[in-house]
Amino acid sequence: RHQNITGVVDGSQLLVMFRNQYDNDVTVWSPQGRLHQVEYAMEAVKQGSATVGVKSSSHAVLVALKRASSELAAHQKKIMPIDKHIAVSISGLTADARVLSRFMRTECLNEQFAHNQALSLNKLMERVGAKMQIATQRYDKRPYGVGLLLAGFDEDGPHIYQTCPSANYYDCQAMAIGARSQSARTYLERHLDEFRSSTREELIRHALRALRDTLPNDVELTNKNCSIAIVGKGEDLSIYDDDDVNPYLEGLDQEERRGGAGGARDAQPPAAPTAAAEEDDAASAPPPPPTDEQPQGDSMETD
Amino acid sequence: MAVPGVCLQDFPLWSGGPTPGHFYNFPGNSKMNTGKSHTMYPSTSGTSVVGLVYDGGVMLAADSLGSYGSLARFRDVKRLFKVTDKAALACSGDIADYQFIREVIEQKVRDDVCGGYTRELNAGALHCWLTRVLYNRRSRFDPLWLECVVAGYKDDEPFLGYVDKIGTAFEAKEVATGFGLHFAVPMIREAREKKQNLSCDEARKLLTECLKVLYYRDCRAHFKYQLADITPEGVTIHDDLNLKKETNWEVANYISGYE
Repeated sequence: RHQNITGVVDGSQLLVMFRNQYDNDVTVWSPQGRLHQVEYAMEAVKQGSATVGVKSSSHAVLVALKRASSELAAHQKKIMPIDKHIAVSISGLTADARVLSRFMRTECLNEQFAHNQALSLNKLMERVGAKMQIATQRYDKRPYGVGLLLAGFDEDGPHIYQTCPSANYYDCQAMAIGARSQSARTYLERHLDEFRSSTREELIRHALRALRDTLPNDVELTNKNCSIAIVGKGEDLSIYDDDDVNPYLEGLDQEERRGGAGGARDAQPPAAPTAAAEEDDAASAPPPPPTDEQPQGDSMETD
Repeated sequence: MAVPGVCLQDFPLWSGGPTPGHFYNFPGNSKMNTGKSHTMYPSTSGTSVVGLVYDGGVMLAADSLGSYGSLARFRDVKRLFKVTDKAALACSGDIADYQFIREVIEQKVRDDVCGGYTRELNAGALHCWLTRVLYNRRSRFDPLWLECVVAGYKDDEPFLGYVDKIGTAFEAKEVATGFGLHFAVPMIREAREKKQNLSCDEARKLLTECLKVLYYRDCRAHFKYQLADITPEGVTIHDDLNLKKETNWEVANYISGYE
């Protein structure tokens, strides 16, 4: 039997996976009791750009880094509304994400139609999990190559859920997935105790700071590449893109960024940049994305 | 494997195919022209259900008779049941259809419990779901011959709703089915005109009075009944209540031929 060694880059880690005779079918177990196809599907999530979710005692927030496949293209939407009280942020195969979003929207609509009430998050997650699991146990299907971060508000308060191609779903206080998301998770772990009592604005700023930590030194959060979604007590879902993101980016303290100052950033004023300066930054930003952000193998559209 | 006396008909090569002289339903066609006709009348039926909202909860009452036409056949039929701590359901109409829908609803509640869902089925959700089910059945010309009253709580507010076999649905502060609509509802409205918010005891007295009048006037009514009281604390069902002792049949002596 032949063995190939394929190295997969994830941030600063080098994961080494052995290609072997048990990884062609999702219905084949390896002698170690692993399903390699499912694990390979999880790698697709790591190829997508980062997204962060955080919740307080009253709100749930998602922020996402949008990627543009070329200068000509618009930045790919990462956050999808599911219902008035649920939004989902994707990382991985966008097409797979759309299928799952459509399923979730139908489930929410059915609940509204048949029961005249909003679908509870835990009910929705069970159904999504059951649907994704089917694809890990049939020879004629493949696992969904997308990781989702769900933010929702229901009768039990705010929720953040993470799903994996393995069909597992996790109830989280805060989470980050996608390329270089480990840095974001480190930020979230460090500030975990502050989230529960955060105000609406503080919560968004925490999420944006966590997202900023995933960026390489020469890339900044701009209103073009950043998306925010928030839902909470007494507040239906709002998704902010483009100019609507400006007030939240202004609130960020640029100096505190982990990783130290780069040459380009010294030129920026120490105070929070004004809206006009933000527009200039967007115009003169380096053509997105820099080469190290490109997904490996461009036949798969991962965002 | 050649066995004597066995011919090709015992081991059909193709089954389910067209048979000469019969209509053939092509596979994949959802519209079945089988010419089936469904039962369009109730057999064993229950009579009125009465419900009202009072200050502090909701109350429902229904008698325990299953009539077989004009025969008072089953005198201990429980037409009222507790769905969850937030909802109770009572039906008039075909008893078999009530028993069927009760099984379906009980399984629905069981599924929620097994899934570990924290939000239990409340009266508003049950009412909406029941409306959709009954309307769908009527649209297929296969109705569940029921008139239902859903009582309970929806989002901390008392809820009382009516659903019909044809899918008519509405919410109100007083609701009744069958003869109750003509006798009980005016009685309740009159009592409410005198006093807007009824207390628990007043509500119970009023409901019992309504059932008594129905027993006098409705030929398909009986003196044994059930009463459900739904408060924010939960659902209490009083079974095997009897209003026979409170009834006065002196007037029967004035009817010629009574002795």
